[in-house]
Amino acid sequence: MQGVIDFLVSLNIPYVNASVARYIVLQVLAAIVAVAAPAGLIILTWLERKIIARIQDRLGPNRAGPFGLLQAIADMVKMFTKEDITPAKADRLVYNIAPGLGMFAAIMAFAVIPFAPGFAGTQMNVGLLYIVAIGGLGTLAILMAGWASNNKYALLGAFRAVAMLLTYEIPMVMTLVMVAVVAGSMSMVDVVEAQSGMWFVVSMPVAFLIFFLSGVAEVGRSPFDLVEAESEIIAGFHTEYSGIKFGMIMIAEYVHMFALSFFTAVLFLGGWQIPFIDVAALPAPFAAILGLISLLVKVFFFVFVMMWLRGTLPRFRIDHLLDFGWKFLVPLTLVLLIGVAFVIRLFAPGSSVGIPVAAGPLSGLGMPGQVVALLVTNLLVLGLALVVVSSAARRTRSKALRAVSAVDSPVPTAGK
Amino acid sequence: MMTIPLSWWLTVAAALFSIGVYGALTRKNAIGILMSIELVLNAVNINLVAFWRYIAPHDISGQVFAIVVITVAAAEAVVGLALVLAVFRRRGSAIVEELDILKQ
Amino acid sequence: MFMPSNFDPSQIPLVPIVFWIMTLFTVGGAIGVVSSKKLFHSGLYLVLSFFGVAGYYVLLSAGFMAVVQLMVYVGAIAILILFAVMFSRRPMAAESQANRQWWLGLPLMLVLFVVLVVTVGSVAWPVSGAEPTADTVQQLGVAFLGSYLIPFEVVSVLLSVALIGAIILARGKVEGEETN
Repeated sequence: MQGVIDFLVSLNIPYVNASVARYIVLQVLAAIVAVAAPAGLIILTWLERKIIARIQDRLGPNRAGPFGLLQAIADMVKMFTKEDITPAKADRLVYNIAPGLGMFAAIMAFAVIPFAPGFAGTQMNVGLLYIVAIGGLGTLAILMAGWASNNKYALLGAFRAVAMLLTYEIPMVMTLVMVAVVAGSMSMVDVVEAQSGMWFVVSMPVAFLIFFLSGVAEVGRSPFDLVEAESEIIAGFHTEYSGIKFGMIMIAEYVHMFALSFFTAVLFLGGWQIPFIDVAALPAPFAAILGLISLLVKVFFFVFVMMWLRGTLPRFRIDHLLDFGWKFLVPLTLVLLIGVAFVIRLFAPGSSVGIPVAAGPLSGLGMPGQVVALLVTNLLVLGLALVVVSSAARRTRSKALRAVSAVDSPVPTAGK
Repeated sequence: MMTIPLSWWLTVAAALFSIGVYGALTRKNAIGILMSIELVLNAVNINLVAFWRYIAPHDISGQVFAIVVITVAAAEAVVGLALVLAVFRRRGSAIVEELDILKQ
Repeated sequence: MFMPSNFDPSQIPLVPIVFWIMTLFTVGGAIGVVSSKKLFHSGLYLVLSFFGVAGYYVLLSAGFMAVVQLMVYVGAIAILILFAVMFSRRPMAAESQANRQWWLGLPLMLVLFVVLVVTVGSVAWPVSGAEPTADTVQQLGVAFLGSYLIPFEVVSVLLSVALIGAIILARGKVEGEETN
C-alpha cells in the first residue's frame, strides 16, 4: 500500500501531499470493500441456491441468465419494486434504523481484516476485540427490529435470537483469546504474521472448530437458524419488514456470513499465506494479488461449508441450542483456554524487549515443540469432554431405561 | 493531543454526571433510574481516563481503575435489573412510586 | 481557486472536530435518556451516549478501553437494559417518565454542574506533556497480574456473585421448590 501512496504523491496533484495521498488511498480501499461486500451478496445468493439445490437433488435457478447467474439481479429488482409496508403502531424511527444498523455492523467488521501483506484497513492493536464489539452491535440491531415491529411474533423471535447470540458469543470470545495468547498480540496483522510457522488450524483444531461453530451460530445460519425459522414463528424478528428493508436485513446476514469466513480464514488458516511459499517476500504487485487470491480461496471454502451445513442438517431447538452452548461449549472452551495458556507459558521464548518475560522451561524445543504440545492439549481436552458427555448420557439413558422397565410403581412414560 | 485542555474533558464529565444525577432523581421507572446511574459511572470513567492521559500517562493505574469501574458497573447493572424484574413479577409494576407497601 | 495556495489539507484540526462530534453524541444521548417519553428510546439514547464515550477513549489514546467500553456497555449492559425494558413495559405506552419532583431536580442539577465546573476549573492541574507508550495492553496485563492482582481477583469474585445472584433473583418460582 505504501507503493500506491508514493505513486500518488509523485503525480504532483495540487494540495496532495503524503498524508492526503494516504487518506485518499484509504478512502478508495474502504469504498471498494464497502461496495464489494454487498456486491459479493450476488455471488453468494447464487452459490447458495445452486449448492443447496444440488444437495437436495434438484437443479436450482437456471432460467435467469446462463446457469441462473442473473437470478440475484431479478430478486433485487423484485425487492426494489415491492410495496414498503410499515405496520400501524410501529415505532417509526427505530423500525427504519434497525436494518441499516445491522448492515452497518456487518460491513464495519471488514475494517480490520488484512487482505494482503501490507493491505489492511487499519492496524489496530486490539483488532480481535473490535470484531467482538461489532458483533454486539449486530445483536442490538436485531433487538431493535423485533421491538419496533409491534408484533408478538417479532418480539418473541428477537428474544430467542438475542438469547442465542449472547450464548454463543462467549465460546467465540474465548477462542479469540486463545488465538491472541498463542499469537502474542490482539492485532489481526500480527496474528497472520504469527502463523508463518504453522497455521493455527493445525496446532489448535478444537479451537478452530469451536470458533467456526459459534460463528455459524452468531450469524444465524442453519442449523442454528431459529433466528429466521421460516416454518416456526413466521419469520422471526423480520416478520414485519418488506421490500428494501428486508433486502437490507438479508444483505446484513450474508455479509455477516462473508465476514465470518474471512475471520476464520485470517485467524486460523493463515490469511493471505500460502503453504511453503513466502508471499511477503515476492515483488510488490504479485504479493498483493497472490495473497488476496489465496485468502479468497479459503473464504469461499468456508462459505461452501456453511451452505453445505444448511442443506444437510435439521434445525436445532432453542433449549437444545442453549444447553449445548452453556453446558458444553462454555466449560470446554474455558478448560481449553487454561490448557493453551499453560502450554504457551511452558514454551515461551524469553524476551527482554519492552516488558521482560522469562523464558519458559521447555522453550528449547522451539516452535515445532509448541505446535505439537498445543495439538496434544487440544485433542486431550476434546477427548476428556467427550468422555464426560458420553458417561452423562449413559447415566441418563440407564435411568430412563430403569424407569421404563419398572413393573410395580405406576410410572409415567420415561422422561429424559 | 494538547489541543484540548484537560478542563474541557472534566467539564464534559461534570455535565454527564449532573445529567445522570438529574435522571436518577426524577425518573419514574426503576429501569430509567438504573440507566441514569450508568451515565454517572461513565462520567467517572471519563474523568479517570482523562486524568491518566494528561497527568500520568506512564503509569497504567488510571486505566486499571477505569476498567475496574466498568466491571463493577456491569455487576451492579445485572443485579439491579434482576431485582427490577423480580419486583415487576410480584407487584406488576416497575414504577418506583407505586412500590410502597413498606410505607406507614 | 477559492482556497489560499498554502492550504494544507493535512493541517485541518481533526481532534477538536472529533471532540465536538463525540460531545454531541455523549451529552445529547444523556439528555435523551433523561427526557425521552418512551423507555425504549431512553435505552437507545443510552447506547448513543456509550458510543460517544468510546469515541472519547479513542481520543484519549486509550484504545483498549474504547473497545472494552463497546463490548461491555453496548454489547452487554445496553442489551440487558433493553431486555428488561421489553419484559416489563406495557408496550408502546407513551406517558411522561418524570416523577412529581422534576421541578426540584432541574435547579439541583444546574447547581451541581456549576459547582463541579468551578471547582475543577480553579485547580492548577499538574499536566505533563508526555505521550503514553504504545503498548498499553501489555502494561495492563502486567498491572492486573502484578501490582493489582488482589483487585483483579476481588472483581472476579464480585462478578461471579452477581451472576449467581441475578440468576436466583430472576428465576421466579420453580416447580417443586418451596419458598419460605
